[in-house]
Amino acid sequence: MAAAPWALRAASFVVVFAAWEYAGRLPVNPAFPPFSDTLVAAGEMVADLSLVAALGVTLWPLAVGVALSSLAGVAAGVAMGLSRRAEWLFVPVFIVLQAAPLAALIPILVLAYGVGLLSKVMTVCIMAMPVIVLNSFKAIRHAPSSLIEMGHSFLGSRRQIIAKVILPAASPVIFAGLRLGLAAGFIGAILAELLISPTGIGDLITYHQSVADYPKMYAAIATVIVLSVLFIGLLDRAEIALFRPERRSAR
Amino acid sequence: MNRVVALRAGPAVAEPMVEVRGLSKVYPGGVEALSDITLNFPKGKLTTLLGPSGCGKTTLLKIVAGLIPASAGEVSVGGRKVTGPGPERAFVFQDFALLPWATVLRNVAFGLELRGTGRWEREATARRHIEEVGLKGFEDAYPHQLSGGMRQRVGLARALAVDAEVLLMDEPFSAVDEQTRRKFQEDLLALVAGKGKTFLFVTHSIEEAVYVSNRIVLLSRRPSRVSEIIEPDIPRDLPPDRIRRHSAYIDTVEEIWQGLKRYLE
Ligand SMILES: Nc1ncnc2c1ncn2[C@@H]1O[C@H](COP(=O)(O)OP(=O)(O)OP(=O)(O)O)[C@@H](O)[C@H]1O
Ligand SMILES: [Mg+2]
Repeated sequence: MAAAPWALRAASFVVVFAAWEYAGRLPVNPAFPPFSDTLVAAGEMVADLSLVAALGVTLWPLAVGVALSSLAGVAAGVAMGLSRRAEWLFVPVFIVLQAAPLAALIPILVLAYGVGLLSKVMTVCIMAMPVIVLNSFKAIRHAPSSLIEMGHSFLGSRRQIIAKVILPAASPVIFAGLRLGLAAGFIGAILAELLISPTGIGDLITYHQSVADYPKMYAAIATVIVLSVLFIGLLDRAEIALFRPERRSAR
Repeated sequence: MNRVVALRAGPAVAEPMVEVRGLSKVYPGGVEALSDITLNFPKGKLTTLLGPSGCGKTTLLKIVAGLIPASAGEVSVGGRKVTGPGPERAFVFQDFALLPWATVLRNVAFGLELRGTGRWEREATARRHIEEVGLKGFEDAYPHQLSGGMRQRVGLARALAVDAEVLLMDEPFSAVDEQTRRKFQEDLLALVAGKGKTFLFVTHSIEEAVYVSNRIVLLSRRPSRVSEIIEPDIPRDLPPDRIRRHSAYIDTVEEIWQGLKRYLE
């Protein structure tokens, strides 16, 4: 039984890659390379270190932006969940931010902060923050009232009830928000490199597209996706290790 | 805590532990749940609240627990007016209210944890009560690994662990099958006989009420008033099967059923 999920996961990868290979060989579009070519291109780019160097550049605004969004976002969301006043003050801002088309905001960011690191960090934050804030807010608001009542009946102080009941109860939804925020942060980082100034992975994508080296372009794109999935998996592990011992033993 | 200690002799003259005077509750939105309820709950006895669904039993229990405010009237426990939850009362929740991320041990010790009892002491106490409710060996299990009946017992052990004098039990046996329920009822009788604690018990089952109670308070339909108080005169020293066939038991069940029937239209 234990092997079955892994077998299914592997099968799902095989199916996707086979479909990719097939579509690439047809070809659906001359600009769409098969999976094998992309893999070879990725190997070359790792070997000549261009991929590694590009990642180093891209991950920087991403890491700063996601870290900022996570800290500030969870704090703001939790505060909004705990206090009506904070809710009235902040919720509309984040709902508008979540609904606003990012591409429309980027020119304003460039005007305000130039084309350097700061604008890119801001882009990541704008992408990642709303979903983190709103998820944290909802998680706190939906903490089971029966558990909170239990905390009161056993004489918990407000601080104890927040720390020992509300936050642990909210952690799954907060982490779901962090995962979505991380994925959105990746999108933000790449968008910033495509729209603000070409650096890192965004530069690789633009450059290889301009010289029609499509396997390398796709290798760059696929690297971002793989990395995003890896980080999200890590976040999952971190959550279970830190807050959800009961899910550890359920495995 | 200045608790009044009774020095009077004789088991018959149980003084009230919980006094409810002129209690009314109107929920925001206008639902009138309780209307002018005056009741005493004698010390060391088990008093059951019985009444049609939605009549306000949970509301009454939660007001006594200090979890929701009354609209009018007052409640006192051990002679002191209730203004909020207190260490002399412990609640057993109908939906268990266990922390899913905490082990049985931490759940049972949680009341003590919130009170700031040291880890070693509260875990020793919790282990005793886990054993008492028959869950020895499950200290490190999580609630989702337990059956409904076992979770119910975790909730009971948590309430027992804080050693409150008044136990407020809201349909504590609702989630278990009939066999387990009967076992729990017998355990409850032993608990009432053994510890001198005062029990406020809510159930939907007339048979259960008659079997476990020293007093049964029948509540009318919403807005709830006390319609009748019955003290089943059942010899508690008989074995369970004899009690259930005792004429006093059967007659009391019938009497209550006749009393409640008129609320069914
Ligand atoms: N928070 C609330 N806000 C508004 N009305 C409420 C609230 N809680 C309970 N009520 C209403 O008060 C009445 C009494 O509710 P309560 O839960 O005390 O009934 P109950 O006797 O425990 O019912 P049951 O036997 O079905 O558990 C019900 O009509 C219910 O709709
Ligand atoms: Mg109820």
